[in-house]
Amino acid sequence: MSTDTPTRVSHPSYSEAFQQGVREEMTTNPDIFILGTDLVERGGHFAQVKGIAQEFGESRVKDSPISEAAMVASGLGAAMYGLHPIIDLNFIDFSFGAMDEIINQAAKIRFMFGQPVPLVIRATSGVALGGAHHTNALEAFFASTPGLSLAIPSCSNDVKGLIKTALRVPDPVIFLMHKKLSGVRSEITTGHQPIPFGKANSVRPGKDAAIITWSYTLVTALKAAEELAKEGIEVEVIDLRTLWPLDEDAVDEAIKKYGRVVIADEAPKFGSLTAEIAASATERCNSDLKGPIVRVGGVRAPISANPRHSDAAIPTVAGMIEAVHKVMKY
Amino acid sequence: MAYTDLQSLLREMLVIREFEETADKLTLRGKVPGGMHNSSGQEAVAVGVMSALAPDDVIATTHRSHHHTLAKGFTPNEIMAELFTKATGVSKGRGASMHLGDFKRGHFGGNGIVGAGVGIAMGAAMGIHQRGDKNVAVGFVGDGGLNTGRTWEALNMAVIYKLPFILVVDNNQYAVETFVGRVTGGNDPAKRAAGFGLPSFNIDGNDVLEVQKYTAEARVRAVAGEGPTFINALTYRYNGHNVGERGQYRTLEEIADWREHKDPIDRFTAYLLSTGDMSQSDLDAMKASVHAEIEEAVAFAESSPEPDLSTLTDGVDSGLLGAK
Repeated sequence: MSTDTPTRVSHPSYSEAFQQGVREEMTTNPDIFILGTDLVERGGHFAQVKGIAQEFGESRVKDSPISEAAMVASGLGAAMYGLHPIIDLNFIDFSFGAMDEIINQAAKIRFMFGQPVPLVIRATSGVALGGAHHTNALEAFFASTPGLSLAIPSCSNDVKGLIKTALRVPDPVIFLMHKKLSGVRSEITTGHQPIPFGKANSVRPGKDAAIITWSYTLVTALKAAEELAKEGIEVEVIDLRTLWPLDEDAVDEAIKKYGRVVIADEAPKFGSLTAEIAASATERCNSDLKGPIVRVGGVRAPISANPRHSDAAIPTVAGMIEAVHKVMKY
Repeated sequence: MAYTDLQSLLREMLVIREFEETADKLTLRGKVPGGMHNSSGQEAVAVGVMSALAPDDVIATTHRSHHHTLAKGFTPNEIMAELFTKATGVSKGRGASMHLGDFKRGHFGGNGIVGAGVGIAMGAAMGIHQRGDKNVAVGFVGDGGLNTGRTWEALNMAVIYKLPFILVVDNNQYAVETFVGRVTGGNDPAKRAAGFGLPSFNIDGNDVLEVQKYTAEARVRAVAGEGPTFINALTYRYNGHNVGERGQYRTLEEIADWREHKDPIDRFTAYLLSTGDMSQSDLDAMKASVHAEIEEAVAFAESSPEPDLSTLTDGVDSGLLGAK
């Protein structure tokens, strides 16, 4: 561990970590370019590419019209021509305007024609202020679409390492960054190394039970674990980091180790990936479970713009503690 | 297909016509899973465009793409086998009629979604632009695609980045059963496109040399860095939208008028005979060789193996991200 004062390089914000990872890959791979709205001067709505146009030129960072279908199509066609574009959709909610390009085209072309599609679609996601049109949870849809991979990092180090991996594989990757994490600083611990997809990260060790989660819900899970520790319950907190590929081994290990598992995410609970993960893990490891996996999820309602309502729509620390208490009773 | 002389243009149109009429009958006999869209009548659009392109130029096309694909230089064997969903087909039997393609040969796919090929070709033009290559990408769409927003999103993007892109409307006048004039505001595609700030033309899509000329000029502009061109090529589809369709949406007189007076193959045949570029015996020999070529394609498709069931999930992704 360095004893130097933390800097923007050693402890970048989540958005700055994206800049770092992309810069490093752009330096070594001239085929990477970024296309999206308000990228050149503004650096993207979350400063995720700030300064990159000035460093690499506007041939490699392109301001786009608000034409989601054409944005993704431009990346898709260029990817198949041999480049490695990053299409920045700003908010993932805007992907609805490009859904054919993503689901019918990008995801299926390798299967249909044997042609690689090295394409990253980056967007900001998750529940925060802003109301119902900026808070859709599309993770289950993307992760369950054959041909797509989905990264959903929770910290600066994972943003950097996962975007580096995404830019080195010839596959379409959906890269989701949570609004509420944009400005959060944390240390880069793996330097210039890419982080593999499909490898979960144990963020806090435990003795009694595990919470498996990802993205901003990890923050809630860690707060809950801290509270539970005061009661003498030691909960391991596991960050899946990518939802396809999914680290099923990490899920199974947690079940085998504790027999008591909570899976949490802020998507509406009905149809959330928590259901898929719990059901498939139960099929594999039922005899290792002391009782059913408990899921924590969002309410089945569009997200209100009212701050108290939007906070209450997604997993809370209290809800997470209650779920752990439930599995501890087995 | 090498377009070495005027006769080669005619021969390719004959290949397409005979391929389509043969495949149509085979479809009615249940040989083509999922059916097909017959392009008979539209040969001059495909051959006119492709004969103006270089081999490494890119195309992306539509649900009606046999003619584009054959004209791009693909063999009747690999296309017929694909229609039969055989392992020897150009898409290894996974695509059938609508999903022909081979990226290594500049064919970025047919498509089941109206307008999608325009976006893909525009993206390929973006790739060409980024690399600084000296080739072009052509996106095909039918008249139905004149009224989907993505066509115009893609065209606008090609204009603002000055991409080496040509949008060709293979305008057979009917979106399934709906006449283009009933559903197209203004019903002047070139005028609509001109509003996006690019050279835009309504042309005779049944005149192979006119299509070739406009495409060649568009290609010169594109390679010179002057950006995209819009070409609306007016043509006519003789058969139903899909094989077996017998719609009541147009008159037999209308179809007969196009067949008898405006047929692209008849017109070009008469032209070549009148100029002396082709003799009657040249024509007879050409027709015989085309017939043999299509017969051979059917035999090849019939005798080819099905894709192995064990390949059902092969190649969904690269495997490099570790998905099980």
